[in-house]
Amino acid sequence: MLIKSASDIPASEITPRSAYLRRREFLAGAAALGLGSLLADSGTAAPLSATPSPLSTTSEARTPLKDIISYNNFYEFGTDKDDPVKHAHTLKTTPWKVKVDGLVGKPAEYDLDDLIKEVALEERIYRMRCVEGWSMVIPWIGVPLASILRRLEPQGSAKYVAFETVVRPAEMPGQRGVFQPLPWPYVDGLRLDEAMHPLTILAVGLYGETLLNQNGAPIRLVVPWKYGFKGIKSIVRISLTETEPRCTWNLQNAREYGFYSNVNPNVDHPRWSQATERRIGESGLFVKRRPTLLFNGYGEQVASLYAGLDLKANY
Amino acid sequence: MPPTAAARRSLASRVVLGRDPIRRAIYVVGMLPAVMTFYFGVVDQLGADPQKTLERTLGLWALRFLIATLAITPLRRLGLANLLRYRRSLGLLAFYYAALHLSVYLILDQGLDPASIWADIVKRPYITVGMFAFTILLPLAATSNSAMIRRLGGTAWQRLHRLVYIAAAAAVLHFIMLEKSWSGELVLYAALIAGLLGFRLFGRRRPAPRGRPRPADRTARA
Repeated sequence: MLIKSASDIPASEITPRSAYLRRREFLAGAAALGLGSLLADSGTAAPLSATPSPLSTTSEARTPLKDIISYNNFYEFGTDKDDPVKHAHTLKTTPWKVKVDGLVGKPAEYDLDDLIKEVALEERIYRMRCVEGWSMVIPWIGVPLASILRRLEPQGSAKYVAFETVVRPAEMPGQRGVFQPLPWPYVDGLRLDEAMHPLTILAVGLYGETLLNQNGAPIRLVVPWKYGFKGIKSIVRISLTETEPRCTWNLQNAREYGFYSNVNPNVDHPRWSQATERRIGESGLFVKRRPTLLFNGYGEQVASLYAGLDLKANY
Repeated sequence: MPPTAAARRSLASRVVLGRDPIRRAIYVVGMLPAVMTFYFGVVDQLGADPQKTLERTLGLWALRFLIATLAITPLRRLGLANLLRYRRSLGLLAFYYAALHLSVYLILDQGLDPASIWADIVKRPYITVGMFAFTILLPLAATSNSAMIRRLGGTAWQRLHRLVYIAAAAAVLHFIMLEKSWSGELVLYAALIAGLLGFRLFGRRRPAPRGRPRPADRTARA
């Protein structure tokens, strides 16, 4: 008999009810201190409080949480949209270290909470446009990447920021087996001025809770004017470099995925149009496509970054 | 004398479903995935992107029935099973699914906008290839009944229906071209189609089963 009867479980293994209830208070208190991500069990979300940011997109309905956590591209857990929600719980996100190296004054292997402590958590509601032609509106919780980078003291010669996702085949089924859709680790990067832009954040939560693994726990990049795949997940390394960093999808197919990958309805993907998008969770089966906006609608804030740059050649 | 209403109904039902109870069952069971997926879509149980899921599911079933259709001859030649009498049903199911898949694209996805559809067909190679595959299936579906086989004659009919090989290759190419990367699923479908077409290329010179003139056999039953 595999199922233990209640009498087989020693009393020492049973969590007292008072302690169980205190855990919730403890998490809430820790979240207020910005420590939520440290304490979250892998695969479960813990409450996380944040101050609403004036940079949020508030004019559009937010995508339902169930869609945000069940419709994901995270090939480390499989290539189907529902693979991450099924398999991502096996990734252990505590403890979590982020290696910072390259052209910085303070290179080190940082504990995640040491990296983001002292920076207030903000709620940033952003549109997210996937290169596949669908979009969401996500209430992220995170910190401006600029405030983290400043604390790391980039050197004058640094021109780019490179990021790297964790590689753990034992915990990430998409990294095992015969068919490996991408080379690992997943890597991506930004120009330093893009990274320092106030809209660029490192997210640690969404919808008032810490990130679930399928959304890139415990820490991921969010660059709302670029296609979603630039938002690298489960980051374990941040490097400042002088030369343009390698980007996984660009390595996979340079003709289809450029370094910039700014959302642009006028520059089609070689195989499909980028002029329109389907908003996930909007009206079910009979959803109508909506026009895609240049820079995903954040042109007013970011177009100046690309003044004089040919966006067709630098896609 | 004009046929009675009852006779006309029974004729209509025979034309759609055929007389053979097994063939009828193949049609009914074969259409279940379409009915169920559409129902789940209407009641919002198809996940975050129901339109894409419906479109994709219908396309995948078209490919599956195409594979089943192409498997009939190898199964027979290898002496594993003779399912020739069900090939027409399977082929028609592949066509129905392809037509539904295309309808979802045209009506739900593109909102029947002619400009946007035309732009897609000429600019998107995977749409072009998919449309090409469907266009080939049209005359095959139209000539799938026994009357058309008699009218065309066995040899001409058979030659026409060899176009299904091109349709199958185009269908799987359409699938490969729209994916961002290779997956196990994609490799499986590509390998199945490649194997079934390869059988025609390299397995051709095998002798036909004894005592059965091949063209006549095909004409009568296919």
